[in-house]
Amino acid sequence: MKRDYLMGKFGGLSQAWERLLRSREAWLVLLLAVLVIGTASANTRFLGSQNIKDLMLNVSLIALLAIGQSIPIIMRQIDLSVGSIVGITAFLSGLIFFDHPNTPNLLVFLVGTGVGVLLGAINAALIIWGRVPSLIATLGTLYIYRGADYAWVHGRQINAANVPASFLALGNIGFLGLPLLMWIVLLFLVLAAVVLRQLPMGRECYAIGSNPTAAVLAGINVHRRVCMGFLFSGGIAGLTGVLWLARFGTVDATAGLGIEFQVVTAAVVGGVAITGGSGTVGGAALGALLLGVFNSALVVLRVPPFWQQAFQGTMLLVAISVDAYLAHRLAIRLRIKRSHL
Amino acid sequence: MPDARPIVELLKISKSFGSTRVLNNVDLSLYAGEVHALLGENGAGKSTLVKILSGVYLPDQGDIRLSSDLIEFKTPAQARQAGIAVIYQEPTLFPDLSVAENIYMGRQPRHRGGLIDYAAMNRGVATIMSQLAIPLRAQDPVLGLSIADQQIVEIAKALTFAAKVLVMDEPTAALSSTEVARLFDVVKRLRSQGVALLFISHRLEEVFSISQRITVLRDGEFIATGPVSDFTTEDVIRKMVGRGMATLFPKETVEIGEPVLRAQGLRRAGVFRDISFEVRRGEIVALAGLVGAGRTEVARAIFGIDPLDEGEIAVEGKPLEKRNPKAAMAAGLALVPEDRQQQGLVLELSAKRNATLTLLRQLHRFGLMLPGREKAVAREWTERLQFRGHLDEPVRVLSGGNQQKVVLAKWLATQPKLLIVDEPTRGIDVGAKAEVHRTLSQLAKTGMGILMISSEMPEVLGMADRILVMHEGRLTGEFSRAEANEERIMAAATGNAGAANADNAGNTKPQR
Repeated sequence: MKRDYLMGKFGGLSQAWERLLRSREAWLVLLLAVLVIGTASANTRFLGSQNIKDLMLNVSLIALLAIGQSIPIIMRQIDLSVGSIVGITAFLSGLIFFDHPNTPNLLVFLVGTGVGVLLGAINAALIIWGRVPSLIATLGTLYIYRGADYAWVHGRQINAANVPASFLALGNIGFLGLPLLMWIVLLFLVLAAVVLRQLPMGRECYAIGSNPTAAVLAGINVHRRVCMGFLFSGGIAGLTGVLWLARFGTVDATAGLGIEFQVVTAAVVGGVAITGGSGTVGGAALGALLLGVFNSALVVLRVPPFWQQAFQGTMLLVAISVDAYLAHRLAIRLRIKRSHL
Repeated sequence: MPDARPIVELLKISKSFGSTRVLNNVDLSLYAGEVHALLGENGAGKSTLVKILSGVYLPDQGDIRLSSDLIEFKTPAQARQAGIAVIYQEPTLFPDLSVAENIYMGRQPRHRGGLIDYAAMNRGVATIMSQLAIPLRAQDPVLGLSIADQQIVEIAKALTFAAKVLVMDEPTAALSSTEVARLFDVVKRLRSQGVALLFISHRLEEVFSISQRITVLRDGEFIATGPVSDFTTEDVIRKMVGRGMATLFPKETVEIGEPVLRAQGLRRAGVFRDISFEVRRGEIVALAGLVGAGRTEVARAIFGIDPLDEGEIAVEGKPLEKRNPKAAMAAGLALVPEDRQQQGLVLELSAKRNATLTLLRQLHRFGLMLPGREKAVAREWTERLQFRGHLDEPVRVLSGGNQQKVVLAKWLATQPKLLIVDEPTRGIDVGAKAEVHRTLSQLAKTGMGILMISSEMPEVLGMADRILVMHEGRLTGEFSRAEANEERIMAAATGNAGAANADNAGNTKPQR
């Protein structure tokens, strides 16, 4: 159940239409369509096949991280350490191939994801046992993990030549015209969506974010769920690191540097409320897509690169302000409706 | 009617918090198919007893027996498992989730594959709602439901795990009279199905109309229990209060002067409207009403914390132009909030620091605090209020009564012309209550106007020169000290103003 921001505005329409108009996802798709058509009509190069493919591959990585990030945010937590986890597992994957060129791809995936889960477990331990608020705990590990990454990598670099062609093909050759990398992201999107919507553990995440006290009273093991959330988000970040190598081929200690802000922005723009309790992974992925298309449009329209980050920040603030404004309006309307005053 | 053996028995229960004994050898037994009213003044220990029954607190001494078996509830989940459900005054729900999800959280019906069976869930809710004869829709979000409907959701939740005992902690406090009638229909239905209901309420006529048995507590002591037919309203009140009013409320006769506060046509959309009244010098005006009537909100708006949509406020005839707490303080208003711990005190700071917070600007030179003057100011007011505690200790460790004195000292140091006190004696012990009352009385004598929000009827009747009553955001009654009695105030507070006060029927502005 999403927040009904626009409650009461579409009386008279059929229920299906009403639900569509009220959904955040529908508005994101609409905005996306306007953006694509607008930019394409200004510059046809925007819809060139290479541009589209690069765009989709970049978006896929952010979208995957945004899916992972959504789970802690829905529980009123946050995981800022994901960029540093990407950095570690991206280089680790490359190093495995460098030292043992014949390692099976699957094993690299398992190792990368496993290391991500492990780093997520450190976050969870700090938050649950150490009672450090997640914002602070993961801000700390953001620096610690990246620092460890620099110390360990020590200026080395992995080049595409060190990585097997079959691995690099993940980001290139595809199935039904989409690179395999994107299929992996879609798989996790569907999995996470089903868990969040259809399994009790998913619903418990929303309950925790919506009212933590009531969650305890309802007999939900809040600590276990929060722990799982950070293991998941860490694991997804680990997996993204492996895919990062497949996508770019060349990695050093700076892979994924600063990417956590794009990830949180994508999730929030996609309707995952930073205050917890509402939002979907589909929305978060759409948020990543919207941000990616927006950035690409800025490039195509020759907006100076200095401005791109400013635009991204503006979008985040607009999304949050719109949410806050609508929630405020809704609160007033409900208050008046309830009291007849 | 009651079975031979109780479903749940609480035997010789005692509980202390720190050095304060909250419950002492209290007994309570609940039978299937009865509504049992638990009565007592605020602070009598009712809520603590409920929390012991529901597994939130462990008793220091005493036994809990469930169908004659000795049992120990270590967590709320265990008590719930045993069939004990509690509905709090403010329901604890998930606003972002649907009615159905709130009811079934943690126990969702599943398809064979393990996925949630939403259809079965919605059917289950529909069945319960028809059983309760309440038209709540399963898929509606809880965000936006009234308190009354949220309570229904809580009741429905209790029904889905076949609760044998349902505890309702002041369920009617925030409800309108039609909502109360609807709730009572549900209660009667549950009673006929063999559920034992424990019902806490301050509205005695409700208690007599709905319950079969009564237990009275006073200051943590067990006073009486028995069938409702053994008691009259007067008995119950005497047993609850247990002492003469005069000793408890040392109200002195004071000459009433010019108006110090005049509020005209105050309105805040969805919260209150048409609020007009005056408070005069030396006068104690009580603002009575049920929880949720909007009294605190009026006080907050007058003090400039919340915005007003309409209305004029004047202090000593001068209109209050700017609406913020700083301007209100400058005009001579002071507000002692209801929730001392959250809004009135900085718990980690010392009593001295807390008492001087309102005067920080006068207590420094070149940006540096003057410890000597700070101490002198703090001492002056805390001594006048007979504060017992160390000025350098953090207020966190003080008793409720001493904490309240620190908050009072803090505001009195600003030498206000009008003091607004919100539930001044909530949660403090009897001795300290009397001191707070004496203080208020003395302040009125010095010519200060006092607006006292209180939910405690004896306090209202004992302390006030004049009583204003609010119901659902409107003023529904105004009584002089001579006219006022419990029935009249209760009638106005529950929206039955016509019965008690013909002048104010129909929610018009009260006359002056």
